[in-house]
Amino acid sequence: MTTLDSSKEIQKNNFEVNETHEDFRMFGLITFLIADGMTFAGFFAAYLTYKAVNPLPDGAIYELELPIPTLNTILLLVSSATFHKAGKALLKDKNSESQKWLFFTAFLGIIFLICQLFEYFHLPFGLTDNLFASTFYALTGFHGLHVTLGTLMILIIAWQSRIKGGRLTSQNMFPLEAVELYWHFVDGIWVILFIILYLL
Amino acid sequence: MTISIDPQKTNNESLQPKGWLRYFSFSLDHKVIGIQYLVCGFLFYLIGGSLASAIRIELASPMSDFMPRDVYNQVLTLHGTIMIFLWIVPVVNGAFGNYLIPFYVGARDMAFPRLNAVAFWLIPPSGLMLVASYFVDGAAQAGWTAYPPLSITTPQSGQIIWILSVLLLGGSSIFGGINFIATIIKLRRPGLKLMQLPMYCWAMLGTSLLVVLSTPVLAGTLILLSFDIIANTGFFNPVLGGNVVVYQHLFWFYSHPAVYIMVLPAFGLVSEILPVHARKPLFGYTTMVFSIMGIVVLGLVVWAHHMFTSGTPPWMRLFFTIATAFIAVPTGIKFFNWVATLWGGKISINSAMLFSCGFIINFVFGGITGVALAQVPFDIHVHDTYFVVAHFHYIVYGGTVFIIFSSIYHWFPKITGKMLNEKLGILHFIITFIGFNLCFAPQHWLGLNGMPRRVAEYDPQFQFVNQISSLGALLMAISTIPFLINVFLSVRNGKDAGDNPWNALTPEWLTSSPPPVENWEGEAPLVEEPYGYGKNISERK
Repeated sequence: MTTLDSSKEIQKNNFEVNETHEDFRMFGLITFLIADGMTFAGFFAAYLTYKAVNPLPDGAIYELELPIPTLNTILLLVSSATFHKAGKALLKDKNSESQKWLFFTAFLGIIFLICQLFEYFHLPFGLTDNLFASTFYALTGFHGLHVTLGTLMILIIAWQSRIKGGRLTSQNMFPLEAVELYWHFVDGIWVILFIILYLL
Repeated sequence: MTISIDPQKTNNESLQPKGWLRYFSFSLDHKVIGIQYLVCGFLFYLIGGSLASAIRIELASPMSDFMPRDVYNQVLTLHGTIMIFLWIVPVVNGAFGNYLIPFYVGARDMAFPRLNAVAFWLIPPSGLMLVASYFVDGAAQAGWTAYPPLSITTPQSGQIIWILSVLLLGGSSIFGGINFIATIIKLRRPGLKLMQLPMYCWAMLGTSLLVVLSTPVLAGTLILLSFDIIANTGFFNPVLGGNVVVYQHLFWFYSHPAVYIMVLPAFGLVSEILPVHARKPLFGYTTMVFSIMGIVVLGLVVWAHHMFTSGTPPWMRLFFTIATAFIAVPTGIKFFNWVATLWGGKISINSAMLFSCGFIINFVFGGITGVALAQVPFDIHVHDTYFVVAHFHYIVYGGTVFIIFSSIYHWFPKITGKMLNEKLGILHFIITFIGFNLCFAPQHWLGLNGMPRRVAEYDPQFQFVNQISSLGALLMAISTIPFLINVFLSVRNGKDAGDNPWNALTPEWLTSSPPPVENWEGEAPLVEEPYGYGKNISERK
């Protein structure tokens, strides 16, 4: 039995294997965000194709104003910075300061969503008015869903960081790092979306 | 930061049900989840197969007399969707991937065991929902492609349930893909290099990359389609100013890679099976790895060859024809490698080997018709005819399903500790092989002569050939019987398999059959040469 001989050989190599391994939750999250990004990529590709191929029918209204989305872009970019501050504070074990920054980030997210809703209510077109109106609402709505989920997650980790030595500490940064990466991802998508939808 | 793994703790042994009950629990053991995928997939295969039989009964006569035409449309839609999303993709990825990949990388479990269990448990409810949609106002009728405007104008409830079900199955597939990528890249045993991994790991890595990159696009597209159906938007509805071709581009951006998601794991599995039963190292390991990755890259840029008749501009036709023809190169390399692996080997003619050889024969045929279909003039002639049906079934049935059976014969001793009966296995192979070729080879002729697919009625001149095809389908249905008898008899009182009945060298055979929860009693073995057949013998001499 040649194979059994070799398997015995193999088992002679004995050292610590697999009882511990590095933390690859972040790796999994990045893979997931790539997948999520592909969903947006599909939407963007559809929108750009419509723009290139499908003419706006006569009499259809599709006009966007810049002030609110520009404000929203600034809000999200600032919120990315404040989130970063929260992480830095937690790393120095300043839990209450970290929590303050997290609440501020969530606040900016909520303001973003309110501005988005305000824009929706004041646009001269509705979901089913024409192709571009539908695409606009689908894209911004799908992004808004991401912002909503992100804000909820920020509020959860802000709650978790309330006590020193609790669930979220400088030793266990993963929840904060994961939500932070997600939040930066959502910001990045917004910047692309802003350029494609409003500026192009 | 490191995380310690305690299988006792992660699996929470005391709370887990024992025996057969654990297959109905939210088990975190990758082996249990693999078997859950396999058995669940096989049940859906039986449903999908019954639907296929219904289609062939209908097509045995030119008139639509067995079922009404709209029921025929529902049956073919359910058949396609069930076979692709509930049988082939979950089994060839989920079942064998979950069972084998942790062994191959020398791990105790997958990287994310809970995510793994979630990915499996999304499948039964969405599958049942899909089947149940038939009883709620009729199932979807627009085929597994769900092209608008057809999918917008057919009855809504069935189509919406179909979309919901496919979205859930897509989510399950993405979770599985993330898990496989993390397991193969990050959870390898220390000292095990990427280029020492068994070929199935590479195939699953490539497949999972395709899953992660392309499935979300399908999800987004189906969400837009559901808006068109429910909210009366016009993304893909030409009446409302939408663009149907955009749907086709987005759909095929997933669904062409989906063919590789169904076929690449089979390539990996056959690369495990052939060396064992031919007692020879896998020929051309490095070229195999690069051709898998080549297929992954090329597979993402060939989707529009499904759309040559959708008003595609000439430059697009040219690009996608050339890109598709290029895929034949890495695929051909793999086939030459398999034949070279068999060449001069000490081949044992058993069920696993026969099904693998059947795969090689069928897939070469399907591959050749695939290259032919990539050529625009030919494709325009046979577009939407039975030629396409024949080609597709040669790839996914003659290719992947043959490998699924081959893999069941190969790994059944490891999974259960019992051998399958070889005589019944060979009988299963003979009936399947004859039935399959009898069913689908004549369909090439039907397609070339212009019989359209997805239509319940056809020109009476095609009746004789259709009846031959239906006879083949009958044989395929019968072929399941010896297989089921074999499995039931062998599980109850099959011959004891021992730990390594095939004298294989890959890591899953270096533990007991069935393996313990921790996979190995002691350390995970370091297998540097998973295909080192013949080498040990020469050393002994």
